[in-house]
Amino acid sequence: MIEEVKRARDAALTRIADASTADEVRALEAELLGKRGPFATFKTGLGSLETVDDKRAAGQAVNEATTAVSERSADRRRELAASERTVQLAAERLDLTEVMSRPGRGHAHVVTQAWERLEDVFIGLGFQVAEGPDVETDWYNFEALNLPPDHPARSMHDTFYVEHGAPGSTVLRTHTSPVQIRVMQSIPPPIYMIMPGRVFRNETTDATHLAVFHQLEGLVIDRGITLADLAGTIDAFTKAFFGAEFGSRLRPSYFPFTEPSAEFDIQTPSGQWLELGGCGMVHPNVLRAGGLDPEEWSGFAFGFGIDRMAKERHTIGDVREMYSNDLRFVEQF
Amino acid sequence: MKIVHSWLNEIAAVGDDVDKIAATMTDLGMAVEEIVHVGATVDGVITARVVRTERHPDAAKVHRVYVDAGDGRERHVWCGAFNMKAGDIVPLATPGTAMPDGRVIEPKPILGIESDGMLCSAQELRLGDDHTGIVILPSGTPLGQPYGEALGLQAETVYDLDVTRNLPDCFGYLGVARQLAARLGVPLSVPSATPIATPGAPTLQATVELVDGDRCARFTSTVISGVRVGPSPDWMAHRLAAAGMRSINNVVDVSNYVMLELNQPNHAYDLETLGGGGFRVRVAVDGETLTTLDGVERTLTADDLLICDATDTPIGIGGIMGGLESEISDTTTTIALEIAWFEPISIAKTATRLGLRSEASLRFDRGVDPQGMPMAIARFVELLRLTNPDLVVHDGMVDAQSPHLPVPPVIDVRIARVNALLGTSLTSTEVRTLIAGLGFESTGDETLSVTVPSWRPDCTAEVDIIEEVARQFGYSNVGKTVPKSAMHGRLSPVQARRRRLRDVLLGLGLNEAMPNPFLADDDLLRAGLAGPALRIVNSLVADESVLRTSLRPGLLKAIEFNESHRRRGVGLFEIGHVYPPGDGELPNEFEQLGVVLAGRDAMAAMSVWREVAAAMGFGARVDQNIVPAGLHPTRSATLSLGRDAIGAVGEVHPDVLDAYNIDERVAVLELDLSVLLATDAKVPMWKPTSRFPSSDLDLAFTTPESVIAEKVEKAIKQAAGALLVDLALFDVYRGAGLPEGTRSLAYRLRLQALDRTLADTELTELRDKIVAGVAKLGATLR
Repeated sequence: MIEEVKRARDAALTRIADASTADEVRALEAELLGKRGPFATFKTGLGSLETVDDKRAAGQAVNEATTAVSERSADRRRELAASERTVQLAAERLDLTEVMSRPGRGHAHVVTQAWERLEDVFIGLGFQVAEGPDVETDWYNFEALNLPPDHPARSMHDTFYVEHGAPGSTVLRTHTSPVQIRVMQSIPPPIYMIMPGRVFRNETTDATHLAVFHQLEGLVIDRGITLADLAGTIDAFTKAFFGAEFGSRLRPSYFPFTEPSAEFDIQTPSGQWLELGGCGMVHPNVLRAGGLDPEEWSGFAFGFGIDRMAKERHTIGDVREMYSNDLRFVEQF
Repeated sequence: MKIVHSWLNEIAAVGDDVDKIAATMTDLGMAVEEIVHVGATVDGVITARVVRTERHPDAAKVHRVYVDAGDGRERHVWCGAFNMKAGDIVPLATPGTAMPDGRVIEPKPILGIESDGMLCSAQELRLGDDHTGIVILPSGTPLGQPYGEALGLQAETVYDLDVTRNLPDCFGYLGVARQLAARLGVPLSVPSATPIATPGAPTLQATVELVDGDRCARFTSTVISGVRVGPSPDWMAHRLAAAGMRSINNVVDVSNYVMLELNQPNHAYDLETLGGGGFRVRVAVDGETLTTLDGVERTLTADDLLICDATDTPIGIGGIMGGLESEISDTTTTIALEIAWFEPISIAKTATRLGLRSEASLRFDRGVDPQGMPMAIARFVELLRLTNPDLVVHDGMVDAQSPHLPVPPVIDVRIARVNALLGTSLTSTEVRTLIAGLGFESTGDETLSVTVPSWRPDCTAEVDIIEEVARQFGYSNVGKTVPKSAMHGRLSPVQARRRRLRDVLLGLGLNEAMPNPFLADDDLLRAGLAGPALRIVNSLVADESVLRTSLRPGLLKAIEFNESHRRRGVGLFEIGHVYPPGDGELPNEFEQLGVVLAGRDAMAAMSVWREVAAAMGFGARVDQNIVPAGLHPTRSATLSLGRDAIGAVGEVHPDVLDAYNIDERVAVLELDLSVLLATDAKVPMWKPTSRFPSSDLDLAFTTPESVIAEKVEKAIKQAAGALLVDLALFDVYRGAGLPEGTRSLAYRLRLQALDRTLADTELTELRDKIVAGVAKLGATLR
């Protein structure tokens, strides 16, 4: 029997060596080492042997043969699997630069991008964001802002009037400042708010002027707010938005809704001053129009153009292009 | 406001550090927009006489000019201008001269012949804008001399200031000088205001009748005889020219000089041609006309103020511009000088209505010093005497005043308030000193009693004085502190959701558009959108005469535009306001989302809606029975929430596409964001996931076209109950093998129980139940 086992073992090893795929080896393993395989049969036949010594010797031979076949087949299987994987990997090669062009992610409007960046900086400084209507009453747009009907400074605003209500009562807001009044009327101080939005000026458009554009207004009202607080807030914004190497200054100016009023300029790292916007301490008449007592509360307001920020950041030569909705423009940003 | 340095320096000893002075003016709130150096002579440019000119056969655009610069040597110059002839004296830039534009003159040869310098145009010498010809100097000008002498040039620095309307006195040199003197601590020379009547002169009066004293509260008239009209002194002509005013004659120049220096507009009339020898100041009669100095006939209303002569004939619009007939002439010998105070708001109104902004109206509309007349009269006489030493100022000067003449207020200023508003710690003495230099007199300690000077009508309240304190103290000295925000910075929920919505749309590959919110009259109609829209009363152009009630017209225009530039298949969105009319205090303005997908059909719009709805937690009924205006009747639906329409989905009507010249389908999605963004997305609640295996069931139903898929889905869901964990339509088939008027809808159902593996028998029962449920709709299992 031992000889038979050896022959069976040799035959099995030859077949394993001859196998050319891992799957073939797996099939052989099942056939040779399975319940109906030769070695299982030998094991069953052990019982028919005469002596204990014969049984032990034959049993040992069967075990050795089984182990040899099982080890060799496992080796052969791994060897074949490895070379098959190598072939597979080589065959699967992709040229990752064969990129078919197809529409990708869309582009947010260049003004939206500036708008959101500005909002994020002010949110970081502890501000919330308020909004108001584009179509406003004369009262919110002018009168509440210390611009009574005959105020000569009204001529600084080229106003679009809307056919709604009494003649002259309804305008397209010329600035985002009416939202200041709406905020004062709707939430009690302390107020730390910015008010971005669309504004309208009845003037002819050119490469640097638009009749419809966007402003961002800021309003702080609290106890003991000072001009120094305004200067410090403008400086904090300048450094957060443009970079720590930028500086800022206030210089006296005139707006009916603030007093003292100022223009604020930023200084580039190269030392150049750029006029950015207007600001000032909220005029007592404006606080009163918002329902606040100027003896108890003080505050400051500031405002500047959002479109201008986008224009400067991307060096856009003609602001009218920003509203052309020309994809050749939109997709640049 | 153009400020000539030497003139300013005469009133306040500001020194000659131009940059420092400019920086100080800017810091005081008079922004220096430009510093111009005028009248400077370019070194190396000398006078020369043209000897002869000569054409060269090979040079068409230039000719050869031979000049004599006084040294006996004939110089040859190529020249591109042909306006000179032999004998003319011209400026010659000799080789090596650095021109104002940065060029250095070199003997550059043309056709191999060198040029011994260059003849100069007015523009090249910065004398003016003329660049078409060479400057021809007065004959008799000595040769070989700097040309500036021949032209009487004087180097001068001019600051161009942006003066805000709360500094009315700074529309005159004295006001600017006063601000600077106070800040720099240098002396201020205020002109004398002592009476100037010539001793022993006879009384000669130009009478004044103030009819409308509320409009003109002070009117002085002074008669000056012995006047000879002639040229002004050079220095005065130069200063006026540098300040942007042409020199006319000694009388007009003095008038302008006094206006610029003291901010007191004034007018000199010829007493002999002044009807009735006096003035009458009254409002105009509606329709009354007057031809002003600029030659334009003006039609007036009862809101406009007229200066008339004593016979009631109009001779000028008060505070704005004189009449053409009242000008003094070369033969005038006796003048009646008017210096008056006009009510500012009315001046502004008349100037605006007439579109006539003069140097005078600019000043009166901001407010001139109601007490400044004596000084202005004295200064006028002093300056006119320079050319008319023998003039006689007659006794009988008229100073007509009405009770409407403003009286400078006395204002309480609390030192604590000053410091609380500015963030400073100034003492009472420091505050008083800061404003004293500007002419604000004060008494008191913790609360100052401040008398506003008559030249500062803008100061009417405590805060106005505080601004002057800050201006003089210097905004840059106030310091920088950052208040601690008592709020936490964040976007509101609506704003945060709006950003998320935009992000979802961008992620779907859509580009953000921002069309004009103004539309032309017929734009809405062209887009198939009927209904009224708000009109702009004073629109700039007809294309922008109404406010949009929908984002669609603007987005369709954007598609049209891009198609015309060979960009098809464009996908755009806009988040923006629309402005339907309303009955409230304000129109029914609200925020809308508009999406347009060119080259795509309604199913693409539905797919965007489903993506957006899923990402944002929006929900709405898709109701194809209500076709939104302007959309395709069989490919569109209204999105409804309860009874309210909150949007539209589908395709643009082919008629509308024709009207826009768009030759591809355009899918549309519109949502009312005022509703959708205001609603909090539902917070998803946990549902347990099953540990037991699931089973899939594919069912295809032959369904009548009249039955919408949504109903089939509902029937399946109803029949399957809680065991249905997923349902997907995976195939729609129309065509061979199906009865006419039907299509096949194939669904894949995933069924699963929380507590057991579903048995085959259970699945079979469920399947039968579902088929039976769907059959009620008239659909049969295929």
